[in-house]
Amino acid sequence: MRGALAVCRKELRQIARDQRTLFILVFVPAFFLLLFGYALNFDIRHVRLAVEDRDGTPESRAVVSAFVDSGYFDLAAAVYAPRDAERLLDLNEARAALVIPEGFAREVRSGRRAPVQVIIGGDNANTATTVLGYAGSILRTVGAQLAPAAAQAPPGLSVEPRIWYNPELRSTLFLVPGLIAYIAMITAVASTALSIVREKEMGTMEQVRMAPIGTPSFIIGKTIPYFLIALASSALIVGASMTLFGLPMRGNWLTLLLALSLFLAGALATGLLISTASETQQVAFQLALLISFLPTIMLSGFIFPISSMPPALQVVTWFVPARYFLVALRGIVLKGTELSHILPQLGALSLYAAAVLGLASLRLAKDRG
Amino acid sequence: MAEPAIDVRHLTRRFGRFTAVDDVSFEVARGAIFGFLGSNGAGKSTTFRMLCGLLEPTSGTALVGGIDVAADPEKVKTRIGYMSQRFSLYELLTVDQNIRFFGGVYGLDARRLAQRRAFVLQMAGLEGREHQLARDLAGGWRQRLALGCAILHEPAILFLDEPTGGVDPVSRRQFWRLIDVLAGTGVTVLVTTHYLDEAERCHRVAVIHAGRLAAIGTTAEVKGVFAGRPIVEVRSRQTVEAMRALDAMPDVEKTSLFGTAVHAVLRAGGAGAHDLAGRLRSNGIAVDSADEVPPSLEDVFLDIVERADRSRGTAA
Repeated sequence: MRGALAVCRKELRQIARDQRTLFILVFVPAFFLLLFGYALNFDIRHVRLAVEDRDGTPESRAVVSAFVDSGYFDLAAAVYAPRDAERLLDLNEARAALVIPEGFAREVRSGRRAPVQVIIGGDNANTATTVLGYAGSILRTVGAQLAPAAAQAPPGLSVEPRIWYNPELRSTLFLVPGLIAYIAMITAVASTALSIVREKEMGTMEQVRMAPIGTPSFIIGKTIPYFLIALASSALIVGASMTLFGLPMRGNWLTLLLALSLFLAGALATGLLISTASETQQVAFQLALLISFLPTIMLSGFIFPISSMPPALQVVTWFVPARYFLVALRGIVLKGTELSHILPQLGALSLYAAAVLGLASLRLAKDRG
Repeated sequence: MAEPAIDVRHLTRRFGRFTAVDDVSFEVARGAIFGFLGSNGAGKSTTFRMLCGLLEPTSGTALVGGIDVAADPEKVKTRIGYMSQRFSLYELLTVDQNIRFFGGVYGLDARRLAQRRAFVLQMAGLEGREHQLARDLAGGWRQRLALGCAILHEPAILFLDEPTGGVDPVSRRQFWRLIDVLAGTGVTVLVTTHYLDEAERCHRVAVIHAGRLAAIGTTAEVKGVFAGRPIVEVRSRQTVEAMRALDAMPDVEKTSLFGTAVHAVLRAGGAGAHDLAGRLRSNGIAVDSADEVPPSLEDVFLDIVERADRSRGTAA
């Protein structure tokens, strides 16, 4: 135990004096959060809208102002010939066009179906989908206001959507937990992997190997400082997410701490495993990129839903710990999920951490002769 | 005589089909300074790693301080100190923090650490520099600090793997004085080196070539291969021509270049240095001096390596 303590103390002193590493561990996560938090935003506002109102009635004008008043659309131009709307879309001066046909008001008043046309530039599929959603929701609302009689006489079935937990569908609330997972992963994996490989490069690893300190002591001493730092840096980004992006905290802090700790344990073990397979910091970094950073972004459900991935890829996601952590984290902060409901995720995280740590210890022990 | 500090029998280590250390046997007495000579890749480091308990032997046994390295490598580590050419210290830690760290991994308690810390600081001449960062120390200081860290736990056996690489001559001499003092207190020292003048300071040396023990003994014994084969050192401004002329003489076994001089090994019963100089001059080569010299370890080393390669060549 004295050995573990000595390694731990040494590591902390080194980190404290190594300004660059300290900077990377503390400020880069915060920087990432700001960058991603503000830039990675799927909410779309101020869509330039071209309007061709061929009806020119109070009803048609109500539809146009509903669009503009929603805040999602800005009136880019009012056109009177079909060609003009098309041209504006081609020139990218408008991203969407709203066409209200002649006789719209008449149809509305007589309670019949009154179609309007919405044209959206599909060159950016993500944006198009979102804009379509906005347009549909605006039209439903305005439709209900214009023809209360028609709306109150439903043909038997009506859908009234309610979005829970994130009623405004702000993508930030969905993305920030993913960011937290990503940043925590980077910090924990990179710091352990690089610090051990650096010792190999410097030759101090060989010196330590000559000492009668067991592998467990070495691992414990080496990971505890990085665990604490990763925890602190995670706390920092969780705090920043709450103040800057309005991330709620509906669940239990201790549950969050537990989930975070298990996730970090797995990440530290991954870093350890990477360090056993690399002789230079460069190789270590590339391995980390490949086996932990990229999967955490692509295969965790951070951005792309797992359920829409091909089955083979879905199997791969089983081995991405961020996948489980994200479910737990989103559950805790957004929904106030109880501990008992995320036990499967916590179990998976523990299993991952234990398996990788076991593998890394085996390799390290073998390495040490 | 007490049992030897190190007792190696038929030690062999293979990596796949490559045999890095091939049936090596030797003993090192307590308190001796034992030198390992050999070119890069000759098997010195592999032997060291096995003796330090870092690498398992493929076959053969090695007792270090009476402990079988294959059976109990962790226990061996408590008995030995190790220092490599890179003087692996933590650059970002101070002198004092480095000492404390190594004291920690060697399991020293607070009282013993304080005692040993004072000893190491005094030995390395680092008093007053306790709070300097290791990276800011000059080569000689770093080297002595590394040595100090390697002997914090008072090991009975010290392994030095090319300990003086990249250090100025004054520091090297100082370092060897420390080694002599340590050996005087009964510490057994095994050292690998490229510097043959350092090998001269060892009580006994072993020459390793291509994984095999090519020669072993005191430096005087090892030099015995030149008994009856005098070496003549020829100094000339026409080094290349002189070498070519010497090689053509039937009583010259071989020549090699030593700095600006040529060493010619004469066959037993051949002519003397004076005669050789005369013949060179008659070939029109300006000879500044030609004197018989005692063999240096470098002569021995080159001779052993050449002969080993030749016998291997004929065997193949």
